[in-house]
Amino acid sequence: MSGPIVNPLDVPPDPTVPFQPKSGQRGTGFLTGPFQIGATPSATVGPYLAIGLTWADGIFAAEEGTPGAFWIRGQVFDGAGNVVPDAMVETWQADPDGGFPSPEDPRGAASYPGFRGYARAQTITGEFAIHTLKPGPLPDGEGGLQAPHIDVSVFARGILDRVVTRIYFADETEANAADVVLDTVPADRRDTLLATRDGDGYRFDVYLQGERETVFFAV
Amino acid sequence: MGSLARAPYRPGMTGTTSGSRLHLPSYLREDDSLRTPVGFPGYRSTALRAPLRTPVDLPQRLTEITGPVLGEDRVKPEDADLTLRNGGEAVGQRILVFGRVLDSNGRPVPDALVEVWQANAAGRYRHVVDNWPAPLDPHFDGLGRVVTDSLGRYEFMTIKPGAYPWGNHHNAWRPAHIHFSLFGRAFTQRLVTQMYFPDDPLFSQDPIYNAIPAAARPRTISRYSLERTQDNWALAFEWDIVLRGADQTPFETDDDGDVA
Repeated sequence: MSGPIVNPLDVPPDPTVPFQPKSGQRGTGFLTGPFQIGATPSATVGPYLAIGLTWADGIFAAEEGTPGAFWIRGQVFDGAGNVVPDAMVETWQADPDGGFPSPEDPRGAASYPGFRGYARAQTITGEFAIHTLKPGPLPDGEGGLQAPHIDVSVFARGILDRVVTRIYFADETEANAADVVLDTVPADRRDTLLATRDGDGYRFDVYLQGERETVFFAV
Repeated sequence: MGSLARAPYRPGMTGTTSGSRLHLPSYLREDDSLRTPVGFPGYRSTALRAPLRTPVDLPQRLTEITGPVLGEDRVKPEDADLTLRNGGEAVGQRILVFGRVLDSNGRPVPDALVEVWQANAAGRYRHVVDNWPAPLDPHFDGLGRVVTDSLGRYEFMTIKPGAYPWGNHHNAWRPAHIHFSLFGRAFTQRLVTQMYFPDDPLFSQDPIYNAIPAAARPRTISRYSLERTQDNWALAFEWDIVLRGADQTPFETDDDGDVA
């Protein structure tokens, strides 16, 4: 041990500056370093997720009948091009005004009629479908705007840790061109993140592997 | 759609606004040497399903640091007792499973939805895909839901799940486990995992358990609790679940005294 040992109880009668331990290292006697405990590791949802994760209202990020709401449908494909029938897709997004029904939003929790922002859908029929609203643009924290997007988690047997991607909208050309996240994605893979107009809403397929492998994100 | 009136969970470095700048918390990502990889060679199903390309780093912004409020309105009191279903008692060793949901800074995560599912005492799931020759139990459906209390605590009564064969390799058996699904408060905190029981002889041959880096495997194993074991009724197993916490690294101060 080098240097004099400071007695934290030896307080001068009129300290000029508040006492600060000189080191944040554990073992110095001062718990000034961040305390950390290990995060629980992930595991696959396995093939029986339907038992635990089925909700009657799961697919509705926006309630039925909400004006402006539409369906996003898609399939999940494996590396052999086969449809994955035992996956679960979860989505989380802002409302059309760019607010979140979450108290964690530093701008305050937003409330938008009929809107939950979160949906989960299984692919038992070969296709998932979620009913939602188009999210509004969001501040990117650096003075710019993020293009409308939906955060997506995909869970399935054979996937040990959820994979994360984003849905952007092909019809938001201008906003997409200015989006800082899309900008970090190789140009030739960007279209894997674009939902395209289809029937009563949009289509967004997920390719877990292969030439068209969807861009997945580390968050 | 649930009340938003409750106090926000404080991940440690609370987001604030000042003018057009947003100061957002950033959730720690566990080092790769302690994280479950998305694919693992010994687990056959990963071969065609686990993405092969390196994921693109996504900076945590508003969508990532917020998350749905899902709680009491999704859960009934009877959802915390898996041993009483369809008007009768499930067969098997009754166990109390309890613990806390924390973040990696040690802060309890209150009001958090915990969803669990599991096989019955014979090791069979009530699911059309599971048809190995073990009996179904009319009084066990294997689904439980609870919400953590103000101190992040949860508990539910169930029966100890059996081991079951699964065809991954010759004589492959899954160690007894309970599936857990948790949301925390932010998209980044979402976790689906499995809880194991102490000293399971099946660990050594299970690729789903062994896919977890060795140093992190003990985090998935519950502890037998004599203190909470109920005399003449049920054994107790304790398991704390740790979600990602906010980065606590001290941050610098702006000229205007605001944190940057």
